[in-house]
Amino acid sequence: MLVPLSWLKRYVNIDLAPEDLAHRLTMAGVEVESIEKMGMHLDPELVVVGLVTDIEPHPDADRLRLPTVDLGNGETARVVCGAPNVAVGQKIAFAKLGARLYNTHSEREEPLRTAKIRGFESSGMVCSVKELMIGDDHEGILVLDPDAEIGSPLTDIVGDVLFDIAVTPNRPDCLSVLGIAREVAALTGQTITEPETGYADDGEPIDGRVTVRIADPDLCGRYTASLIEGVTVGPSPAWLQETLIRAGQRPINNVVDATNFVMLEMNQPLHAFDFDLVKDQTIVVRKARPGEVLETLDGQRRELAPPMLVIADVNDAVGLAGVMGGANSEVSQGTTRILLESANFDPVNTRRTGADLKLSTGASYRFERGLRQELAEVGLRRATRLIREIAGGKVASGIIDAHPDPAPAPVVTLTAARLKQVLGTDIPMSRAKEVLASLGFQRVGSDDADSVSVSSPYWRSDIEIQEDLVEEVARVIGYDEMPTTMLAAPIPRHHVQPMWDLKERVRDMLAAGGLQEAINYNVASEENLRTVGAWTDDALALANPMNEEQRYLRTSLRASLLQTVSDNRRTGGGDGLRVFEVGRVFLPNTSGKSEGLPDEREALVAAFTGRRGPVSWQAPENAADMGFFDAKGAAEDLLEGLGIDPMFEADTDAALKAGRTAAILAGGKRLGSVGEVADGVLDKFGLDGATVALLEIDLPSLLAAAPADDRRYRPFSRYPESVRDLALTVDQAVSANDIRAVLVKHKLVKAARAQDVYTGEGVPQGKKSIAFGLVFQSDKGTLTAEQIDRVLEDLLRRLQRSVGAEIRS
Amino acid sequence: MQCVYPLFPSCCIREPVITQQVAARAAQLQARALKELSDVPDAEGLEAWRVSYLGRKGEATLLKRSITEVPPESRREFGQAANAASEALASAFEARRTEIERPSGDDADAIDVTLPGVPSPIGSIHPITSTVREICAAFGDMGFEVVEGPEVELDHYNFEKLNIPKHHPARDSFNTLWVDKTGEDGERPLLLRTHTSPMQIRTMEKQDPPVRVIAPGKAYRYEATDATHEWHFSQVEGLAVDKGITFADLKGTLHEFARRLFGENVRVRFRCDYFPFVEPGAEMSIDWSSRSDNRGAKGEKQEENWMEILGAGMVHPKVLEGVGYDPAVYTGFAFGIGIERIAMLKHGIDDIRLFYSNDVRFLRQF
Repeated sequence: MLVPLSWLKRYVNIDLAPEDLAHRLTMAGVEVESIEKMGMHLDPELVVVGLVTDIEPHPDADRLRLPTVDLGNGETARVVCGAPNVAVGQKIAFAKLGARLYNTHSEREEPLRTAKIRGFESSGMVCSVKELMIGDDHEGILVLDPDAEIGSPLTDIVGDVLFDIAVTPNRPDCLSVLGIAREVAALTGQTITEPETGYADDGEPIDGRVTVRIADPDLCGRYTASLIEGVTVGPSPAWLQETLIRAGQRPINNVVDATNFVMLEMNQPLHAFDFDLVKDQTIVVRKARPGEVLETLDGQRRELAPPMLVIADVNDAVGLAGVMGGANSEVSQGTTRILLESANFDPVNTRRTGADLKLSTGASYRFERGLRQELAEVGLRRATRLIREIAGGKVASGIIDAHPDPAPAPVVTLTAARLKQVLGTDIPMSRAKEVLASLGFQRVGSDDADSVSVSSPYWRSDIEIQEDLVEEVARVIGYDEMPTTMLAAPIPRHHVQPMWDLKERVRDMLAAGGLQEAINYNVASEENLRTVGAWTDDALALANPMNEEQRYLRTSLRASLLQTVSDNRRTGGGDGLRVFEVGRVFLPNTSGKSEGLPDEREALVAAFTGRRGPVSWQAPENAADMGFFDAKGAAEDLLEGLGIDPMFEADTDAALKAGRTAAILAGGKRLGSVGEVADGVLDKFGLDGATVALLEIDLPSLLAAAPADDRRYRPFSRYPESVRDLALTVDQAVSANDIRAVLVKHKLVKAARAQDVYTGEGVPQGKKSIAFGLVFQSDKGTLTAEQIDRVLEDLLRRLQRSVGAEIRS
Repeated sequence: MQCVYPLFPSCCIREPVITQQVAARAAQLQARALKELSDVPDAEGLEAWRVSYLGRKGEATLLKRSITEVPPESRREFGQAANAASEALASAFEARRTEIERPSGDDADAIDVTLPGVPSPIGSIHPITSTVREICAAFGDMGFEVVEGPEVELDHYNFEKLNIPKHHPARDSFNTLWVDKTGEDGERPLLLRTHTSPMQIRTMEKQDPPVRVIAPGKAYRYEATDATHEWHFSQVEGLAVDKGITFADLKGTLHEFARRLFGENVRVRFRCDYFPFVEPGAEMSIDWSSRSDNRGAKGEKQEENWMEILGAGMVHPKVLEGVGYDPAVYTGFAFGIGIERIAMLKHGIDDIRLFYSNDVRFLRQF
């Protein structure tokens, strides 16, 4: 909403600087988003109104002329002027020497100097809007209103301040200049000069000549109309055009401009019909018929359907109620009889109509927000007066006022107790009453020291309950004037949040382990979800996705993270990438009590690719690419850190490489998987040629597997550990786990970890050599070398039996 | 009387004095030997030094041997002093030998200390997560506990129960991403939550007052993405409901939050704003120039620079009624904080799109 300061000043006295005014309004809830100053830069002494009294041709140049300008106080000037439109009798903008203007030759702002143009000395200039820096037009000079006072500062005429105001949906009254003026008045202790609404209705009575029938009073609470006959449609006077332009509205003709002016002034949308085009002089407010077609003023043919509301004559729709008029009854040059409509339409129906037709207008925007029925008549009278004033004609006596069920002004009671309960401070009731009075609220009923009942003014449609009045009082006094305290109430009992805590722990542990946290969009394309093997036909789709790639709520985190890996492949100076995300997947809900909501499951996915670390002579292993065991190592660290003893079993997964995929298990339950991403999947994400290891864990399963309470202390042996290596030869098919299971069964074996695996020279075909590091320890005493040798022999026998292992020679 | 101490020809008579002199003599010997040792240039000189002090007839050896000539009652002190001197010389000799035998200057064990250290992999937490943590910690200290809720939400919770009925113009500011499902009434019941505010309703439906929660999470709005707008963003919702909670408490709690995040001296201001589920409604701004660490280059005060950081208000009586709380008895406040905005302010990030692009060059900075 653009509000020119000059317009505001018609209703309220303003002494504040524009910035201070904007601040006061903003703090009170009427947010001024920007302030634009126009024409304020013009020097009041040097740029003034002049009257062209005479024009002589330039002796040496056809295109130049020599106007004489009266500057008032007996001062005149004769200058050189190249503008084609300069004429005797015009009021023009005259710049004296030294005035700062835009020089169209140098294309800079600079002071005006004496210039010799074709031998004629020019001391001053008749200016275009471009030279004045108030517009772009340089075709001709600026011609001022004939009423402009000679010699007066031009800045008083063209100077203005435009406030761009963001109006919240609850305050449609602030979509009008008068509404803003009322705010200013309340905030600065001023009174409002109400716009004139009186006029002489000396025409024939309207009764009997215009019929209005409201067929759907639910959708149209009031319909008022006036009839103005003998008007002359033509351009609006300069003041009206200028006012509309400054408020961002294009002038059309005097009748339409008058309705637009009143809408911007006091918020009531109006519509003027060419009454001769309304058949049978009858207006019917009714729902559209199915398939009914109306060409609106913007030239669009619109197919309507109930419950859209139309304004119709006896046969056809002539307007779309509260949205836009019809082309068939449009006011044009030849129009002489105006039927002026000022009505009140239902907000919800207006909004639905606009949404269905994808049509939003100044009128529909206001009706959607809810206007009071009382406003219709005020607006009608104001606009009727204005049309009569600027378009002539006679106003039929009386008005049409179809008002089937007048809604009384809402009355709300505010108590001192509630003010204190909500604001936390004692605001004297007298102060509250003052504030409400300044906003136009009227006291209803008896006066009371502890409460006040008020009816809200006809321009306010947002006051329903006591708290609305609390806000009015607080915002006008100022939120910064309200006290500041800390919560005094006892802290409520705490509820444990195990999933939140787990997610936080997982993030910290992975970050400490060298992984970077990523956060991705929760959406994916069907193709990507199919690629990673996570597509389900009942995946939730968005009706209006941002784009096709983001149509489905993701059923897996894999696709997002592989995209992250792909996006980062070329960054990081060749270093590897370890990245994870803790996020939600959206799975079909099978619980039946979900009201259609999906199962939002927390999940973890991590990816490992590229060099293990920066190349360093101290850490040659960094040069190797990460793979399965990097992901598995991270899984082991994470799970063991959470007190879980994980098992890994060979597994298959459509998106992971066969033979390089494992299921992660704990206590026999599956937690997730680890594996290297299959080549076909890598290709789809532009990762062809890379090795990417993936770790995926379902967090609810992890939460179930993690020890519920704190870790228990386990006593450890006081006796020394003995470390031995054991190198075995086994069949290729024997897994490290098979061997380890046998080893750790022995009560003196405290730890067994595969340290090296080898095939090739010295190892028979089909076999592999595997070396374990063993830690022996007893709780009862120091083990002797002989004891350990005996255990080793025993272990070897058992391994021979169970997995056919032989000691490597 | 013949002197019994040939080593000390000028020795005196009384034993304590003798003992003292022995100790002084040992110390003198040690100092002289060490001085000479430090001047020894090479292995040859070192051997000569060893022979002259520690050899079979070296001075320190002789000193120890002379114990037989000391009266029995003083031998203990004498032996201790002589041994200490001898041991000190022996260990200094070893150290010097190590020094001399090692090639000097081009030391084989010396390293180029400017070479990079052995790297450990470094990970970090996403700035959105860390900002959420800071916010949760600030409110956690004021008794707020974390709750979480669904991102796919019912219209009922996202709008209706928050006093935003269908076709309410306030819905304009919540450009909604709808789930492609149509109910029997022809309306779409499911959407991606446009704010974390439905958690107000879900929390109050689940528990009786008092309530003091914060609900971090993602929210979504159908908006064109640019440097300051993301369609997919994060919020922290807050709600406190009890008897006696006032607008003054709202101001105090949120000011305290700002002090925790932006420094103890940060100034805040509140202005009237509108959200359908609160009344009165407010918006809080911070004065960026008032943060304690934001002085100019010469420590001068910066110009006021107000930044909006959150929306808030007293919970609307209709919202309380809707969850079965009596608005005549219970009052409360609610607030919503945009995480990205806070993180951008805190870290000087100028493009919101960086958060979800997951470029590690960005992520590694936090």
